[in-house]
Amino acid sequence: MKEQLRELYRYRELLWMITYRDIKVRYKQSVIGLLWAILMPTIIVLSGVVVRFGFALASGKQLATAEIAAVAVKAVPWAFLVSSIRFSCNSLTSNNPLVTKIYFPKEIFPLAAVLASLFDFLVASAGLVPLLLVINRGWSFQIFWVPLLFVMMVSLASGIGMIVSAASLFFRDVKYLVDVGLTFAIFFTPVFYDAQMFGEKGQWLLLNPVAPILEGISGCIARQQFPDLSWLVYSFAFSMLALVGGYLFFKHLEPAFAESI
Amino acid sequence: MSDIALRMEHVYKLFRKGEVFNSLRDLIPALSGKMFRQRELNGTDRREFWALQDLSFEVRRGEAFGIIGQNGAGKSTALKILSRVMKPTKGQIAVKGRVSALIEVTAGFHQDLTGRENIFLYGTIMGMNRREIATKLDEIIAFSGLEEFIDTPLKRYSSGMNARLGFSVAAHVKPDVLIVDEVLSVGDYAFQRKCVERMKQEIRNGAAVVFVSHNLRDIAEFCRSCVLLEKGRTIATGSAEDVISSYLKRFRLRNAEDANRAAVVISKVTVRDQNGECLRFRSGEKAWIDVELHAHARCSKLSVTLYIMGSEYQPIFDTSTERLGHGNFSLEAGDVYHCTFELDLNLANGIFHPSILVYRYDTQTEYDRWQPASTIHVSSEMDVRGAAHCFPKVIRREVRTASDSSLAVEAVSAPEFVARIDR
Repeated sequence: MKEQLRELYRYRELLWMITYRDIKVRYKQSVIGLLWAILMPTIIVLSGVVVRFGFALASGKQLATAEIAAVAVKAVPWAFLVSSIRFSCNSLTSNNPLVTKIYFPKEIFPLAAVLASLFDFLVASAGLVPLLLVINRGWSFQIFWVPLLFVMMVSLASGIGMIVSAASLFFRDVKYLVDVGLTFAIFFTPVFYDAQMFGEKGQWLLLNPVAPILEGISGCIARQQFPDLSWLVYSFAFSMLALVGGYLFFKHLEPAFAESI
Repeated sequence: MSDIALRMEHVYKLFRKGEVFNSLRDLIPALSGKMFRQRELNGTDRREFWALQDLSFEVRRGEAFGIIGQNGAGKSTALKILSRVMKPTKGQIAVKGRVSALIEVTAGFHQDLTGRENIFLYGTIMGMNRREIATKLDEIIAFSGLEEFIDTPLKRYSSGMNARLGFSVAAHVKPDVLIVDEVLSVGDYAFQRKCVERMKQEIRNGAAVVFVSHNLRDIAEFCRSCVLLEKGRTIATGSAEDVISSYLKRFRLRNAEDANRAAVVISKVTVRDQNGECLRFRSGEKAWIDVELHAHARCSKLSVTLYIMGSEYQPIFDTSTERLGHGNFSLEAGDVYHCTFELDLNLANGIFHPSILVYRYDTQTEYDRWQPASTIHVSSEMDVRGAAHCFPKVIRREVRTASDSSLAVEAVSAPEFVARIDR
């Protein structure tokens, strides 16, 4: 594994190059260009706000600005996770000629897909800053937790990305399963709602490893809350397991790629 | 030895054919079905086949090695194993240094990016770093001859332009091992020559080249040694000329089987010079071709046709005993017939395939055909191309300058001019 990682490091320029290609192609093909990166998260944030507004109406309370901030800071990372998994799922099959003709570490494809989504994520995050400033929520020392949560997010996305890309190379319908899964996953993940709304039963929702990350982010930024450490450790362990396990899974299957695609 | 750049040792590759599950929808019922059925017998499944069996060779630095064989012989599989895209089922490969594969040179391109961006993309895929590409960028663009279009998206390029750009990048990689699969057939003739020169230069610079081609002339031109594959098995290996000859011999034998038991069959064809059987000639030398026929039934009005084909089996010359004024002949069952053609081989550099046909003109009946009957290599010191050698000389050159209307005439003798070209 050490040797394989060293090889990946040797090919790092290729990783940047493929990432650059993916970003460039995505923006070249669309008329609205860079706005595309903002569009998806904006739609998710807006739908979250609508849902929250509905909750507020039902319970007869006012919609607090903190809640808007909470939805916004959870929706953007969620959009990143969804787009990187969806994008990396197709990354091997859509690069068919390169997979079958030229040798290099193939995990570059799902990783580049994650990095390209990360670019979108950064653009969208930059868009969040003025929103948070207007709402005037966000600054506290808890914000220093965010880089760790961010790393967990990227590891999780990379791990899942490697697994689904390899799996969809062997079984083309994995793509559809992933699509369906991602579409409905938002109902099982506290993006539009908070786990604590469920009271005691909210613990069950936190079993979804993405939930503690999102709750952590919204807690740190919107509510100036110290994240729940035990759930954080759980999520961290899960992310690292996904990353390492995904990598090993990918590398185990890689020799058969060229003849199975 | 240290200058061996690449070695394949007893490489085997097993492929599965037929039923391959590439969706879960098919797999799950198949798996549950399997649980109820008996386990299949051990050993090689009927659905499995060996794409390569026991392939071994080594290539030194500065040397080119050829792989020939018909479609499905395992050539591409061998190249994929060499370029490490596929793993051999059994056996070892050892490669020293950077491997660069010219297999479908356009594989790494993205049609929405410009030519310049694609140079960087494909360059990195081939293992160069960005600095290296940046320093060679002008050279690469100039080599491709696409200066005008370099900032145009690739989707506006023709397929020839795509291939030219791809080869130009690939040609600047400076690999230790270069794997070439039929890419010399891209672009126009001028570009092809440029590529060939470039490959020769790589070989001179010490790269080891593995070369797959259907074009036997290219193999003969580049490769010192060669392997012939058939259905994954190594049929012959050794010097390029020997292997090419045995390739053609097998080709001919198969044709003879098809001809089954005809009334008259060709039993032997020998090409020789004044000293005996020979396959290497110099331009302008004399060659003799002996033909032996056996008759199994009575035949009349026969003639023997000799024709010579170029490296790509294009006819370049033909004649027959009858057309040379010897009339036709008849044979009784059991007769043996001999004839000898004498030729002046005014042929240019290259390989040629003398072929023999037994024919009856009035009924247009073909009795037997050896195509090719043999393969000969013709070499010439002069740089002439094509099929025929006309032994050219330049005996006069003149330059009319724009300012001075007087003629500057220079008479040159041929050897001097040749020497000047060489420089």
